[in-house]
Amino acid sequence: MSVLETKDLTYTYGIGTPFEITAVDRVSVSVEAGEFLGVIGHTGSGKSTLIQMLNGLIRPTSGQVLLNGEDIWAKPKEIRRVRFKVGMVFQYPEYQLFEETVLKDIMFGPKNMGLTDAQAEEKAREAARFTELREDLLAKSPFELSGGEKRRAAIAGVIAMDPDVLILDEPAAGLDPKGRDMILAQISNYHRERNNTVILVSHSMEDIGRTADRVLVMNGGHAEFLGETRAVFSEGRELSEVGLRLPQITAILRRLSEMGMPVGETVLSVDEAFFQLLPLLKRNGGRGERA
Amino acid sequence: MISDITLGQFFPGDSVMHRLDPRVKLCMTVYYIVLIFCAHNWVVLALTVLMALSGVLLSKVPAKQYLKSLKPIWFLVAFTGILNLFYGSGEPVWSFWVLKITRAGIVNAVMISVRLVVLILISSVLTFTTSPTQLTDAIERVLKPLALLHVPVHEFAMMMTIALRFVPTLLEETDKIMSAQKARGADMESGGLGQRIRALIPVLIPLFVSAFRRAFDLATAMESRCYHGGAGRTRMKILKMGRVDFFAVGICLTYLAVFIVLCVAVPAAV
Ligand SMILES: Nc1ncnc2c1ncn2[C@@H]1O[C@H](COP(=O)(O)OP(=O)(O)O)[C@@H](O)[C@H]1O
Ligand SMILES: [Mg+2]
Repeated sequence: MSVLETKDLTYTYGIGTPFEITAVDRVSVSVEAGEFLGVIGHTGSGKSTLIQMLNGLIRPTSGQVLLNGEDIWAKPKEIRRVRFKVGMVFQYPEYQLFEETVLKDIMFGPKNMGLTDAQAEEKAREAARFTELREDLLAKSPFELSGGEKRRAAIAGVIAMDPDVLILDEPAAGLDPKGRDMILAQISNYHRERNNTVILVSHSMEDIGRTADRVLVMNGGHAEFLGETRAVFSEGRELSEVGLRLPQITAILRRLSEMGMPVGETVLSVDEAFFQLLPLLKRNGGRGERA
Repeated sequence: MISDITLGQFFPGDSVMHRLDPRVKLCMTVYYIVLIFCAHNWVVLALTVLMALSGVLLSKVPAKQYLKSLKPIWFLVAFTGILNLFYGSGEPVWSFWVLKITRAGIVNAVMISVRLVVLILISSVLTFTTSPTQLTDAIERVLKPLALLHVPVHEFAMMMTIALRFVPTLLEETDKIMSAQKARGADMESGGLGQRIRALIPVLIPLFVSAFRRAFDLATAMESRCYHGGAGRTRMKILKMGRVDFFAVGICLTYLAVFIVLCVAVPAAV
């Protein structure tokens, strides 16, 4: 069953000015309940604009967004209810922190939903567990945290609202490799444990390959492909035409496969490649084989 | 959206007005504004309108933009116009109860309205064709004599440049922070005054934090490039008067001569 569906969704910035630009152009896709969808595309391809329409932060120029089959703009007065169901983590979310303590900041969303302090605190602590924020950090001022910790606090602030669909816009942007691995692993864990729908936006094929079940490729405002991650990644040439490059590990194993080595044609992560290559090395007793 | 507000509304282009030296443009603007308020008969008024319109045409900025810049002051024009209409002296042309309209009133109303519109048009030509950086450069140059009186002209100009530079950035940032808090269910559209002011806290705090961070970053960046105020500082773009500029100054002086002659020769309208 699809939880979110878009119909000919279009958004144009600056209508009637010389700077008019259609950032999202007639996109019709459907997001299945419980899936992990990756949205990938070149910078400026309309990813951020698309997802901001999914929780009603911006109103489409034309077309519809259906949440559980209902048009989210049917009752504009109740758009806040949509935002509770579809949680959104913006790019560089650490700039939204404002409360005295990290815990209070994470509680901001749940309290806006009308929960009592006790309920909100419970949700906040639960969310902090997902993003591995230590207990002593929760009592600190958000402005005293490190960059990665701030980021995780901000993500927890959205997870705490317990949305049916969690959307994250470039959550790993600007982090060091360790922080990046950590955040992606936490998001995967969250998806696995809660069985919620997750939409991860990124311009990095590595990040998407490691996490997503299905991938939507955006290009110049259009939905270019939508399919199983492996199927989309096997279209190396088409992807490079829209300005995306396959992850290094995928490209290397593809070369090996083309040279006749018995490895899968499309691998999505280093871990996967490791398990494909290990038996080959064992077979050759570590002597290697001339290709 | 907040970022739809334009400030300093510069329209990049390559018209004669764009190419004029910003100092010349700045002085010309002030000069015309003074003269427009000295125009006391129909002939000079018409001449000044003509000059303003040629400036508008020469700027090659779409007429729509000028109309847009007039929009916020229509009310002011109408208000002063109507007020003047009823404040003329002399024989009433029309009267009702305590209200009376005289010929002088009508003339005054038209004059003041035309002057206000021309004032806006002329200053729009300046802001549409001059980038904020050029404009502050020009202001710094023109006000330089004040430095003799120990007015920190350079520092003021630098502050203006920086402020202008960061207006769009801060607006964009406000927009982003508001979206992020709305996504967390912040309600900014409903409730009474107190509730609305409270709803601004989650936006203002992050905004101040980031404005201060930007200010410190900028200060560090300026210091690490040895910025130490205006003394001994040279410019990358040295403003130089060219042929067009001298031509423009020539037109201004000719205009002044004609203006004075017409003011003397033609009787005042009121
Ligand atoms: N607030 C805005 N005003 C005007 N144009 C915008 C705005 N936000 C994005 N755009 C434009 O819309 C296009 C798509 O941008 P965006 O959705 O941010 O892409 P992505 O997230 O894939 O990088 C870009 O060309 C961008 O310049
Ligand atoms: Mg983006």
